[in-house]
Amino acid sequence: MENVANQLILLLVVGLLAGIFGAILGIGGGIIITPVLTVMMGLDIKYAIGASIISVIATSSGATIAYLRDEMLNLRVAMFLEIATTIGAIIGAIMTSFFHPTILFVLFGSFLLFSCWNMWRKLRGTGSDEVSTKNDALANKLKLNGSYHDQVLNKDVDYSVENVPGGFAMMFGAGLASGLLGIGSGVFKVTAMDTIMKMPLKPSSATSNLMMGVTAAASAMVYFFNGSIRADIAGPLALGILFGATIGSRVMQRLHPRVIRMIFIPVLLYMGLQMVLKGFGVNI
Amino acid sequence: MGNSVKKDEMKNVEIMIGRVLQIGVYISAFVIIVGILLWVFKGTGYNSDLLPKDFGTIWSGVLGLRAYAVVMFGIFLLILTPVLRVIVSIYAFAKENDRMYVWITTLVLVILIFGMVIGYAGK
Repeated sequence: MENVANQLILLLVVGLLAGIFGAILGIGGGIIITPVLTVMMGLDIKYAIGASIISVIATSSGATIAYLRDEMLNLRVAMFLEIATTIGAIIGAIMTSFFHPTILFVLFGSFLLFSCWNMWRKLRGTGSDEVSTKNDALANKLKLNGSYHDQVLNKDVDYSVENVPGGFAMMFGAGLASGLLGIGSGVFKVTAMDTIMKMPLKPSSATSNLMMGVTAAASAMVYFFNGSIRADIAGPLALGILFGATIGSRVMQRLHPRVIRMIFIPVLLYMGLQMVLKGFGVNI
Repeated sequence: MGNSVKKDEMKNVEIMIGRVLQIGVYISAFVIIVGILLWVFKGTGYNSDLLPKDFGTIWSGVLGLRAYAVVMFGIFLLILTPVLRVIVSIYAFAKENDRMYVWITTLVLVILIFGMVIGYAGK
């Protein structure tokens, strides 16, 4: 009885933290959940991945409610790019049965490290976080340009989107990684929008949150029916995350984009290193 | 001028999707909470080696108010919320007469359902 209560409280708290963190950065929060479940609680990696997929959906749905209300996300960008992520996710899920992911771990990890360096330059650069107003023909045709209200700057920011094919290709890779490696791949999504398509960081993060849930839903069904989802783990986690994501989506709007970038860079670095090392057979 | 009209349309779309999504999330959270309360007070309702994971046993477990099945049902509802979001988006874009995005979003839904079918068949 006491054991059940302890586990329940631990999972609720971990979920709360993962939800706050995930909603602010636009990532699934798996980097918090997976180590806690496997290292601290000694859970089989199979169930940790199952719980992590449910966490991605909980973060996405919890945060999206607030971001929709506050017009933070770009629905057209999300829907258009989801074509790429969902196709990528399905192909990735099919490939898992006959493809060794080692080389992909190294490849994706290296890309994350490269993005980390890019973000670092952006953070240190003089004209950092300048909003793009370039007139991109494809972005105009697809009506992807948008605006959001920045609470910190206290104004509406209009922005343009660039390099749509590049972003689309990167999103296909994000979907592929998510299906193949069982990760939320929000880090890739934010990078595709922020670094490649030159969207501001806040709508990039909010839009990534929206997209993650849709990408994860397809693979979550697989995990649900093959027994990878344990209700006693995923249930309390999901509850904590739903609350946490609501808080996180409030906090993010009050943060300066620079601060968000400063939290994001170590996350990228950690994930990139972890994936490269995993590719070489080292687990951290 | 044309820009602000477009903005208002988009705002309506977003409010609508937000509301439907909110209802979906509240319902799934409520079911999970009920399941966890049952758990704390009555135990899982199953032997540890006979945990339910298919539609039939989960549903009969929900009707019998067995904790583990109720939580599973709540998680299943949560998985459906992003799908719900896509469906409502199609309706919302149709209402705004944005045919291009009706097609784009429908394509996403078809891919998503295709993925779920593959997943379910290949488990």
